[in-house]
Amino acid sequence: MPITHPSLPVTMPETCDGDILRVRDLKFNYPDGHAALHGVSFQLCEGDKAALVGPNGAGKSTLMLHLNGILEGRGEIEVMGLRLTRDNLPTIRSMVGLVFQNPDDQLFSPTVFEDVAFGPLHMGLPEDEVRVRVTEALAAVRMSAYADRLSHHLSVGEKKRISIATVLSMRPSLLVLDEPSAGLDPRARRTLIHLLRDLPITMLVSTHDMALVKELFPRTIIMDEGRIVADGLTMEILDDEKLLEAHGLERG
Amino acid sequence: MHANLFDRYHHTEGPLHRLEARVKVVLTVAFIVSNALLPDGAWTAFGLGWLLVLAANALSLLGLGFTLKRSLIALPFALAAISSIFSTPGNPLSSFPFLGMELIVTDAGLLRFASILVRSWLSVQAAILLVAVTTFPDLIHALEHLRAPKIITTVIAFLYRYLFVLSDEVIRLLRARQARSATLPPSVSPHFPRKWGERKRGVVWRAKVAGNMVGQLFLRSYERSDRIYNAMLARGYQGQIRTLHPHTLTRRDWTIGALTVLLILSLQLIGR
Amino acid sequence: MHPSPLLLHIPDGFLSIIVAVVCWVITASLLAIAIRKTNESLGEKQIPLMGIMAAFIFAAQMINFPVAGGTSGHLLGGALAAILLGPWAAMLVMTAVIAVQGLLFQDGGLVAMGANILNMGLITAAIGYGFHRAVLTQSRRVKLTVAGLAAWTSVMAGALATTLQLWLSGTAKLGIILPAMLTVHALIGLGEAFITVAALGFIMQTRPDLLGESSASALGGKGWILAGIALTMIVILLAPFASTNPDGLERVATDLGFLQSGQSAPFEIIPDYTVPILGGTPLSTVVAGVIGVIVVGLVIGATAIGLRKK
Repeated sequence: MPITHPSLPVTMPETCDGDILRVRDLKFNYPDGHAALHGVSFQLCEGDKAALVGPNGAGKSTLMLHLNGILEGRGEIEVMGLRLTRDNLPTIRSMVGLVFQNPDDQLFSPTVFEDVAFGPLHMGLPEDEVRVRVTEALAAVRMSAYADRLSHHLSVGEKKRISIATVLSMRPSLLVLDEPSAGLDPRARRTLIHLLRDLPITMLVSTHDMALVKELFPRTIIMDEGRIVADGLTMEILDDEKLLEAHGLERG
Repeated sequence: MHANLFDRYHHTEGPLHRLEARVKVVLTVAFIVSNALLPDGAWTAFGLGWLLVLAANALSLLGLGFTLKRSLIALPFALAAISSIFSTPGNPLSSFPFLGMELIVTDAGLLRFASILVRSWLSVQAAILLVAVTTFPDLIHALEHLRAPKIITTVIAFLYRYLFVLSDEVIRLLRARQARSATLPPSVSPHFPRKWGERKRGVVWRAKVAGNMVGQLFLRSYERSDRIYNAMLARGYQGQIRTLHPHTLTRRDWTIGALTVLLILSLQLIGR
Repeated sequence: MHPSPLLLHIPDGFLSIIVAVVCWVITASLLAIAIRKTNESLGEKQIPLMGIMAAFIFAAQMINFPVAGGTSGHLLGGALAAILLGPWAAMLVMTAVIAVQGLLFQDGGLVAMGANILNMGLITAAIGYGFHRAVLTQSRRVKLTVAGLAAWTSVMAGALATTLQLWLSGTAKLGIILPAMLTVHALIGLGEAFITVAALGFIMQTRPDLLGESSASALGGKGWILAGIALTMIVILLAPFASTNPDGLERVATDLGFLQSGQSAPFEIIPDYTVPILGGTPLSTVVAGVIGVIVVGLVIGATAIGLRKK
């Protein structure tokens, strides 16, 4: 049985009209019939940094795969006011930067440069612009010296940062990260936290790392069994021990 | 696995490193073709060819003996060529019986055998040097520039990226197999008599374990290819791979390339 | 450590230029078809799928198992790849594997690469798929048995092709090397068969959909059955004949002119190594040499252009 918390005291900014992302009643069944999303609705506004938490199998990754059209469910998704359809997939994909959990899946080119250039290149940008974007994206993750490195020579922490650069080079309006701190040692995790804090971009980040949530994200969305069960200020959500316990979460 | 096990590039930054990759590929292939074209016993040309290899070694700042040390890799294959000693028509030197056959050693046969070894030895040194002074991604770009089909170069690029990742998985699988099978000598495991000792099992069983590992590796790889495909889609991939063309040929590249081609051609003149 | 499962990676220097170029032409033509076909059968996903599968075959070749007396069994993988991915995709995958082994590890030569791809990638895939296609609708047990046979035959065919190329190049005496290669590879082929069967069995059990009716594995045409039978017949007929009667084969090849032309350099086809109008001067030999090099270059270039167009 899904557990719902209809009357959470949410004090989100009143002005948020979902100018970055609007998801309405999104439903999705996997081909084998297994239902993964049961009507998910939420909005993100310019400058939001939101954590998406919940137990494994809650539908977090499935939701993320919908945000730039890799999975197609029923319901509505709007990015920057543009409704996601098959025709505008390329545009949507350049606006939503989706970074997968495993950097070895995200970094599929032999060199760092080629990987960071992949996005802009496949957006159809001219070569000079691609180079500018790569330089800019690598600088943003503080990895400028790494352009000519081979991907397999990078540490896990470096791979994670380059992974983020591979979507920053598309200059997305929304950054969507799946488990960015998984598998990092404390120092690499710290570096990543600083990086995410300083990036001036709207983000939705799925994670199990509650300490990361507390430190970095003013807003938290809890998913469980394919539904959003809570959406509000991180401070308040983390104080609601009953809510956390009901969804298998710890305060961190 | 430590990644450097598969790395062949050496960061010595010699003049040869700076030569454009395309030029290096063409020169290497030209040198190997030239070796194949030289007749048996063209010792002067072979010797000069070796000087060329030595010069290239020097220009790569890897030390004169760099390729020499690694050049024995083709040696096991020489076994196959030993029989050329007996198969080439020429003046018989001696003969002996072998498995019911009468094998005749001829002078031309010995000459051919020695020539095959030298050709192979020179060629493999050129190939060793090529990957020592060119990063593999640059080599792939060179193949693209030289009009190799894009789908093949792209598959090679993926292979290069993921051979490190998947060999790591293989190493883990092999370690797990070792941990499960090799640790319990029969005497200390009264509770698991026979059942644990892999040594007691037949070769078919061992092959089956290896085959299951291959199957497991395939499934993991297949699932990985799905995730990578998603990651590509998420960054705008629409079925066509695009690549930047970062390399241009300078006058220096042209000059060195042309000069070396002339040298290789003159080897041909000397050798015939 | 890098995987080098078989004595089939011919290094440079062991093939005459004619044999090497002819093999390149055959290989390139087949690859040109393969490139067109995989585009149809795999679509957008072909690039990541074939890329990872190439890495898979490369890594799978590292998995060995002890046989006896310090030797170990390995996988070559051509037949397995063909059964899993369909014949054309398998050919491209094997090409990438052999290209990286040659380029990066000097495991097999560059000029000899055409032959190596043909022997280890194309022939093995054709046989592997031909056998599999013939029993596509049969029971699991039949499919696995036939896959084992296919794997063994593919290794034998690769060994036979390698041997013939060495012999035509004047590098080896058929009467010695053929029995040796076939005996060794008859054993190596058993390892290939065991691993292939076990791997397929595991996959059929865990993910039967990947080998199901709509998978790439089932999409090849029936012509593959014929190709598989034809190649197998060549192995069955040629190998014993050549092993027991190498002189006979040698005579046939000599009569047909294969042996001489295989061993000569291309410009030696020009009579007396001279260019007629220049007469018997040293310059004439030089020009003949240059013409020869240009001819080789043109053949390789034309092949490359043909490949690209398709």
